[in-house]
Amino acid sequence: MVDYTTVPLRRYYAFYTAGFFIFILILAFLERHGLPPRWIGYSFLFLTIFLYATIGVLARTASVSEYYVAGRRVPAIFNGMATGADWMSAASFMGLAGTLYLSGYQGLAYVMGWTGGYVLVALLLAPYLRRFGQFTIPDFLAARYGGNPARLVGVLATVLASFVYVVAQIYGVGLITSRFVGLQFEIGVYVGLAGILVCSFLGGMRAVTWTQVAQYAILIVAYLVPVSILSYQVTGIPVPQLTYGLVLQKVQLLEEQIFADPAEIEARRIFRERADGYYERILTLPEALDEERLRLAEQIEELKSSNAQMREVVAIERERRELPTSSEAAKVYWEKLMRDAALRGADPEHHLTPYPSGGEEVSNTARLNFLSLVFCLMVGTAALPHVLMRYYTTPSVREARTSVFWSLLFILALYLTAPAYAAFAKYEIYSTLIGSSIAQLPVWVSAWGKIGLVSIEDVNGDGILQLVELALNPDVILLATPEIAGLPYVISGLVAAGALAAALSTADGLLLTIASALSHDVYYKVYRPEATTQWRLVVSKTLLLVVAVLAATVASQKPATILSMVAWAFSLAGAAFFPALILGVFWKRANAAGAVSGMVIGLLVTLYYMVRVQVDAIPWLGIQGIGMEPWWGIQSTSAGVWGVAAGFSTIVVVSLCSQPPSKATQDFVESVRYPELEGS
Amino acid sequence: MRREHQHRNYWRRNLQMTALLLAMWFAVTFVVSFFARELAEITVMGFPLGFYMGAQGAPLVYLAIIWWYARYMNQLDRQYGVREGEADDS
Repeated sequence: MVDYTTVPLRRYYAFYTAGFFIFILILAFLERHGLPPRWIGYSFLFLTIFLYATIGVLARTASVSEYYVAGRRVPAIFNGMATGADWMSAASFMGLAGTLYLSGYQGLAYVMGWTGGYVLVALLLAPYLRRFGQFTIPDFLAARYGGNPARLVGVLATVLASFVYVVAQIYGVGLITSRFVGLQFEIGVYVGLAGILVCSFLGGMRAVTWTQVAQYAILIVAYLVPVSILSYQVTGIPVPQLTYGLVLQKVQLLEEQIFADPAEIEARRIFRERADGYYERILTLPEALDEERLRLAEQIEELKSSNAQMREVVAIERERRELPTSSEAAKVYWEKLMRDAALRGADPEHHLTPYPSGGEEVSNTARLNFLSLVFCLMVGTAALPHVLMRYYTTPSVREARTSVFWSLLFILALYLTAPAYAAFAKYEIYSTLIGSSIAQLPVWVSAWGKIGLVSIEDVNGDGILQLVELALNPDVILLATPEIAGLPYVISGLVAAGALAAALSTADGLLLTIASALSHDVYYKVYRPEATTQWRLVVSKTLLLVVAVLAATVASQKPATILSMVAWAFSLAGAAFFPALILGVFWKRANAAGAVSGMVIGLLVTLYYMVRVQVDAIPWLGIQGIGMEPWWGIQSTSAGVWGVAAGFSTIVVVSLCSQPPSKATQDFVESVRYPELEGS
Repeated sequence: MRREHQHRNYWRRNLQMTALLLAMWFAVTFVVSFFARELAEITVMGFPLGFYMGAQGAPLVYLAIIWWYARYMNQLDRQYGVREGEADDS
């Protein structure tokens, strides 16, 4: 077997990164000489997947320890890089910059939450889990809380939180391949699936680790290059993290001008009127539905007879088709339209201003939501099994501690840049796009408009683009930045390769986590403890394949709500694992009954709150009218606040009401806390 | 008994450092964000302070906390002569 300490790994990866740069330069050169964009897309897609596959095949293994924890020989710095890639998903890569663009200060909750969670990992979990030194998180729960109930609840929570997350990654892969390579979405999903399987199938954790290191290099280069060029164009200094403060000041001035523009105010008033119109219709249901259908039919007739453009007729016909048939469905449909219109008509917020300015109460609720979202994301980060598992792979406890430092350092390279992306994109759009003629918008607007990520509607009919008339999907900010800045297509291809690396690396880690939980914890530990090593690996690989195909099948259905469900994964994982793990190390008195009930109740409270705040009806279960007012105005994405609190208090109360844990368990806690001292 | 004593010492020092660092973590995250509106008056590198802390200040403090903890604990391990290293494979 390879001993990583003697192999010149750093040199290999340095050569590899240099090779990647040369590849980009060659493509840039070829583009100048007429290589069509589609080929650039293909080159990036197939070269990177081929590369990951090579590493995956080279790192194939038949040893259990190699398969589950990479033989516990991954040096801290490389484990840090792999954790970075594992951690940064399609949502971080594509969505974060866009979220910051759309919500300004409010978006910083993600930056803080997704980085601050590592403090909890470093201080409260990673060293102890490493000292324990098994394979999965349910392993720890079983050892600490005496047996299978805790293990099975752990498996359930692992699968629940990870599966939603992995579907979102595969969905992201489909999106990228369909936009940049022109594959059909469904085919793109299966290409992505192949890319994921070649990494994880043969080599398990060992292969995933080394491909993730390679993927980290690509994703970080892809993230930094476009915004550095943009920073250089705007300020003359190619370090966006340092320069965007000044750019934000310019944005503030532009905002003041734009917000005060009479045309802008007028356009917003029209949106508010529309919201009022939807409200009227909801009040006059069910008559309003028939009226609306009639009105649209008349409009179509009128347009047809007046020789209007076909496009307008088609648009209204589609509107008529989308009109719901039942009165209940119409209520839901119009309520959504009403909310959207009201949101767009509302007074705009400045990028730099913390918490909306609409009065003391609104602002305080926003602050409470901000703080609780930060809390949930942090606790969730410190409880997601695919991240925690990575700290089993280092050679020692000391390396595990150092490794968290490297993880956060590599993650910060992206997270400190995301706000800069938002700032530069906002500056470009506000200074050049807003206020220009709608007839002469740049090409990227229509290119992204075609796939529905950008939409423009001239509501006040003046032929000039007002800020409120432009609607952007958050993902478009990052993907379109190269085009906004007028960079060559090779940079767009690079960004796509980076996004692909981010999605694939996270999907690898998640799939392996699910497969390990099922094969190691359920099959081997509970169902057939006498299974041979070889057979365990066969089961694990089969399950990996099954879960991967299942996830791809779900993703190819394009579930619209999946992206918002990712934020739920954090709350779920946090509520299920965080209290049981923390108390498992720091409170000897916590016992099995307490932990199992705490995990179950934490999970249930979180699910209950999410479902009741988020949805009012589940049609396929025939449930209706279950919506409720949020407690203290806290949104469903932060449901973990209640779940974590419920989990902690349940564990404490139930533990105190039942027998203290056995001597063996208490010794186990000691062994996790204290290292073996010399002379003992 | 000596071993027990050493264990307790080691654990107490670990807990003290953990508590101190967690307090810092709490302050830069929740206290600073709570007063973000008030801190907007102060400007750093062109940013209002509240925004700067969320975007760069707090994450950099987190990195420093983790670095310091790893350093402190690894030293503590050495000081107490922890026998645990490369040979530890299961």
